[in-house]
Amino acid sequence: MTTEVEFINVSKTYLNRQEVVHVLKGVSGEVEKGSIVTIIGPSGSGKSTILSLCNLLLTPDEGEVRIQGKDVRNWDIQKLRRRVGIAFQGAPMLTGTVLDNLSLPLRLQGRTLENPKKYMEFVGLTEDHLSRQAKELSGGQRQRLSLARTLVNDPAILLLDEVTSALDSLSAHEVEELILRINREQNTTILWVTHDQSQAERVGDQTWLVIDGRVVEAAPTKQFFVKPKEEQTKQFLELRRGYK
Amino acid sequence: MSLIALLCSFGFVIFSFFLSQAFKLGLGRDLIITSIRATIQLLIVGYILNTVFGFENPLAMILMLLVMVFVATKNAAKRGKGLPRIFWKIFLTISIVEIITQGFLLGLQIVPATPQYIISISGMIIGNSMVIANLFLNRLKAELEMRKEEVVLVLSLGGSVKQSIYPILKQSIRSSLIPTIEGQRTIGLVQLPGMMTGQIIAGADPVQAIRLQLLIVFMILFAAVLTAIILAFLIYPKLFNKDQQLDISAW
Repeated sequence: MTTEVEFINVSKTYLNRQEVVHVLKGVSGEVEKGSIVTIIGPSGSGKSTILSLCNLLLTPDEGEVRIQGKDVRNWDIQKLRRRVGIAFQGAPMLTGTVLDNLSLPLRLQGRTLENPKKYMEFVGLTEDHLSRQAKELSGGQRQRLSLARTLVNDPAILLLDEVTSALDSLSAHEVEELILRINREQNTTILWVTHDQSQAERVGDQTWLVIDGRVVEAAPTKQFFVKPKEEQTKQFLELRRGYK
Repeated sequence: MSLIALLCSFGFVIFSFFLSQAFKLGLGRDLIITSIRATIQLLIVGYILNTVFGFENPLAMILMLLVMVFVATKNAAKRGKGLPRIFWKIFLTISIVEIITQGFLLGLQIVPATPQYIISISGMIIGNSMVIANLFLNRLKAELEMRKEEVVLVLSLGGSVKQSIYPILKQSIRSSLIPTIEGQRTIGLVQLPGMMTGQIIAGADPVQAIRLQLLIVFMILFAAVLTAIILAFLIYPKLFNKDQQLDISAW
């Protein structure tokens, strides 16, 4: 197996009203090609920051993030962001039709999308949707369109930031199935931030627990949920199970 | 107009002050201060213009224009506080607009190259540019706050910095120009422009006054468009850091 994403002692700070906030503190870890890593942890623990560092939407203050062996800062930025696609929680859409949004990644390169139907069908939408206003789609449809739009760039790595958290359970299940299909059929490496532990357990090959900017435990998903090693992981899992 | 008549006209301000007090609008202090300030400013400008018009040396006129651009820039730059080198970007924008517009008017001998014309017309160009710069910065900030997600989306899909911000720049330019365009749409129908009214009251031929006013309308439209576009393209690159991330935290 080859390493697709590598974090080497990565730290990140923000300045919030003159106050320095340490969002990530010395994060290290590897993601194998074609695998799914689910990232869980409390709100504000730094999960989304980990994703944004992979396509240089944020820059690490210390350490290195390597994509396919190369530091993100040494990539051509546009090329990196096409190679490492991201889907956001709210599935933001630009004003315009579904087709306008779907073809956006190629329009940015001065190219036209030849086969929109292929992408629409792949994500379970129909050709009839193409002429509809993107902002009028339902949450589930928007998230599918958001994934399709990211796939137009043919990314090798997919970053998913709570992509099913705003959806009803049926839509969430369908989107989850779609993502697993992308992983299976295109061998796409996936880093998947989720607050849903059962989802993390279902879909992940590896699971990372992030608390207060540190990766507390990173282990094969089954082992992580059945036999966690760290005391903090046990407490976190028990607390969540207790809530349920 | 006699000094007595001018003093009598201050009655409007006093009447407004009493209205504000009666209806508890809380504007009394502002009304008085603004009126006194306007009086002092205009009197000083009047004496300065008298002096500048009396000089033969064009350097005096250039100095006067520089002061006008400086004051206009200082005012507009407040809106962009926190943006890197915003003062110089606005200074450069207003200067370019002034040079191009005046260059056109003087080069084609549309107006005579006398301080009376140059300074009066420059006042309109610079003042208008200042207002447009204010409106543009105000709108740009609001648009960026509202549509930050769109910028990040385009960047995340491999778009360039320019591609990510262009729709927002376009919207901000359009919005900043709306008052100028709307104002010109009803010109002459609802209100007669101040300068034209002044000329007509002073006894000038209304047709001649209208010709000069038309020149000013066209010039103001051009200066407005030019200001918004130049400022937009000077500002946007520094809204991003070297890693092509939107960085407006200081604004």
